[in-house]
Amino acid sequence: MSGGGPASLRHRAAGALQDAFLQEALAIATTRFIGLRREAFSNFPDGEALRDRARAIKEATLQRLDHHLERLVDRVEALGGQVHYARTAAEARQAILDIARKSGARLVVKGKSMATEEIELNEALAQAGVTPVETDLGEYIIQLAHERPSHIIAPAIHKTKGQVAELFARELGRPVPADPEVLTRIAREQLRDRFLRADMGITGVNFAVAETGTLVLVTNEGNGRMATSLPRVHVAVMGVEKVIPSMTDLMVFLAILARSATGQTLSVYTTLVQGPRRAGELEGPEELHLVLLDNGRIGQLAGPLREALACLRCGACLNVCPVYRQIGGHAYAATYSGPIGILLTAMLQGQEAVTELAHASSLCGACADACPVRIDIPRMLIDLRRGGVERRLVPRGERLVFRAFARLLRRPALFRAAVRLGRLLQRPLARDGRLRRLPLLLGHWTHSRDLPAIAPRTFAERWRELEPGP
Amino acid sequence: MTAPAPVRAALMITCLADVFFPEVGVKLVRLLRELGVGVEFPAGQTCCGLPLFNSGYRAEAAAVAARTLPLFAAAPYVVVPSGSCAWMIKHEYPGLVEDRGLRAEAERLAARTFELSQFLVSVLGRTRFASAVPGRVAYHDSCHLLRGLGEGRTPRTLLRNLAGAELVELPASDECCGFGGSFAVRLPEVSTAILGRKLAAIEACGADCVVTCDAGCLLQIAGGLSRRGSRVRALHLAELLGPEAR
Repeated sequence: MSGGGPASLRHRAAGALQDAFLQEALAIATTRFIGLRREAFSNFPDGEALRDRARAIKEATLQRLDHHLERLVDRVEALGGQVHYARTAAEARQAILDIARKSGARLVVKGKSMATEEIELNEALAQAGVTPVETDLGEYIIQLAHERPSHIIAPAIHKTKGQVAELFARELGRPVPADPEVLTRIAREQLRDRFLRADMGITGVNFAVAETGTLVLVTNEGNGRMATSLPRVHVAVMGVEKVIPSMTDLMVFLAILARSATGQTLSVYTTLVQGPRRAGELEGPEELHLVLLDNGRIGQLAGPLREALACLRCGACLNVCPVYRQIGGHAYAATYSGPIGILLTAMLQGQEAVTELAHASSLCGACADACPVRIDIPRMLIDLRRGGVERRLVPRGERLVFRAFARLLRRPALFRAAVRLGRLLQRPLARDGRLRRLPLLLGHWTHSRDLPAIAPRTFAERWRELEPGP
Repeated sequence: MTAPAPVRAALMITCLADVFFPEVGVKLVRLLRELGVGVEFPAGQTCCGLPLFNSGYRAEAAAVAARTLPLFAAAPYVVVPSGSCAWMIKHEYPGLVEDRGLRAEAERLAARTFELSQFLVSVLGRTRFASAVPGRVAYHDSCHLLRGLGEGRTPRTLLRNLAGAELVELPASDECCGFGGSFAVRLPEVSTAILGRKLAAIEACGADCVVTCDAGCLLQIAGGLSRRGSRVRALHLAELLGPEAR
């Protein structure tokens, strides 16, 4: 079993459980998200069929991913955009730094993008003397706090409004009320100036439509639209799996994405970017760059985590996950948190990175149920656990315990003997048929819960008297 | 009226019920016999192997499946008082065993295996019972029964019709209790925190007892209520179902 050392998941989780602010923020936000999503789908009779349709589109697209990517590249280039292919996070960072250098960019406004978090772009930009400014309110908050996002779509979900007010007060050097409207207004004022001065906008991509070369951004604050239209240069970063074949397909995804994420019918802004500014147009960037990011994705096209490539990054599985709801995103210590985050972390960093994380789930299945494209997350978590066992990444002691248990289960006589032994050993500890304090691993149970004592006679031992007479 | 052909069923007691909740099995056997079911208890049962499977010990789980399958080969029906074990048999056994003959056996077993409430309602068509424990009853959905087997209806049908008991709504009844097998001791603090949310809902809903159809959830919820000294009791469905009501 995993230990509780300072670097362990268990230790990080226990810390999160003791953080009263985090607990308050998480409880409010996830409960709200769950209710909103439920309501959105209960008022949407086509929802279930569209989820199946969306999954089928993703499957079909992954079958011919090379074909769809080639079409996308052709279309984007035909529209005047430039496409960069990055096999690794380092290659993606380098491509973006090169673009920044060539265009002489000093100030970058960023739209919310998990892909740029994945490649740790902000750190690289800052080191190269380019200032990145996050413009999504949640991202702006955590940038001020020097933290990382703790949720795919609500990066500052771990913060209460009081904490945000304190952060803003420190930044502005004056008191700020803990009123979301006031806080939003302050962020707007601060960011408006940055939008107008920025040389470059960097955004993610929710969907890239191959047939038209359209990059689609889904936001609620309009910052995506500002970041893609005001600066001279727009750089869009997308995982290769974000390509979809057609605009008709886009309609299917848009119908379920916002409903799953925030319970909205549609997000407030759906921004469609089609190439850089053309002659005669009044707005839009002079240059459009699309960075296609592999970073472990292509390798899973035929791999055990393939299904995870269908993920829309809606965050629904985080909101419903009992573990995420208790510990929040930071305890996962990875770019992507929650149930899908464990799979994505394995995809990006390999099996070794999730030996412990694969167990951060009770396998309750709420994630698979909430997933708009019905990704069977629990099944892949079990597969990752199996990988940890078979590659001997889990501690030897644990393997010995489970293998001994397996032997008991195959030998009924041994199983019954073990039960009798347990009954003998528990004798000094049992009170009123309950065990309140047990040693070793079982102490992890009795620390907070009673355990029934092994029954004086098991069912198997009582069966004889239940058997009907001759 | 001619008597219908007697139904025969084998009981898969499950390791947790066998060792910790034998009373569940005893009540279940008496209940089924009263309904005219011939109950058998194949010897040599241990555990379905779910704890091994869920922790990634697939080969070991497959070996357990391979030895469990023949024990139930002769039974027309298999009744399991636990949603998660029923899920393991129905959902995982067929894909787990390598041998082709065993796989066919596993598929046959999957089709004949029922969680208790499903067996009573869907197979036997018996839905009206007197409550063995009068009072207000709340139902906790076990994850494997609800989401794994897609069954939230049959337990509620039984509880709603229960003479002498009143079914009260448990808010967020579909949320996990935090058991999750070895999860409960791998991440005990998280498991306990999830349980805390469940116990708070149980105690606030005004029920005298909370009922579940899974020995794992029962272990977790009863353990938490007992530690809190709560007045609410956690019971298995079989403990609540008294004689059939007409």
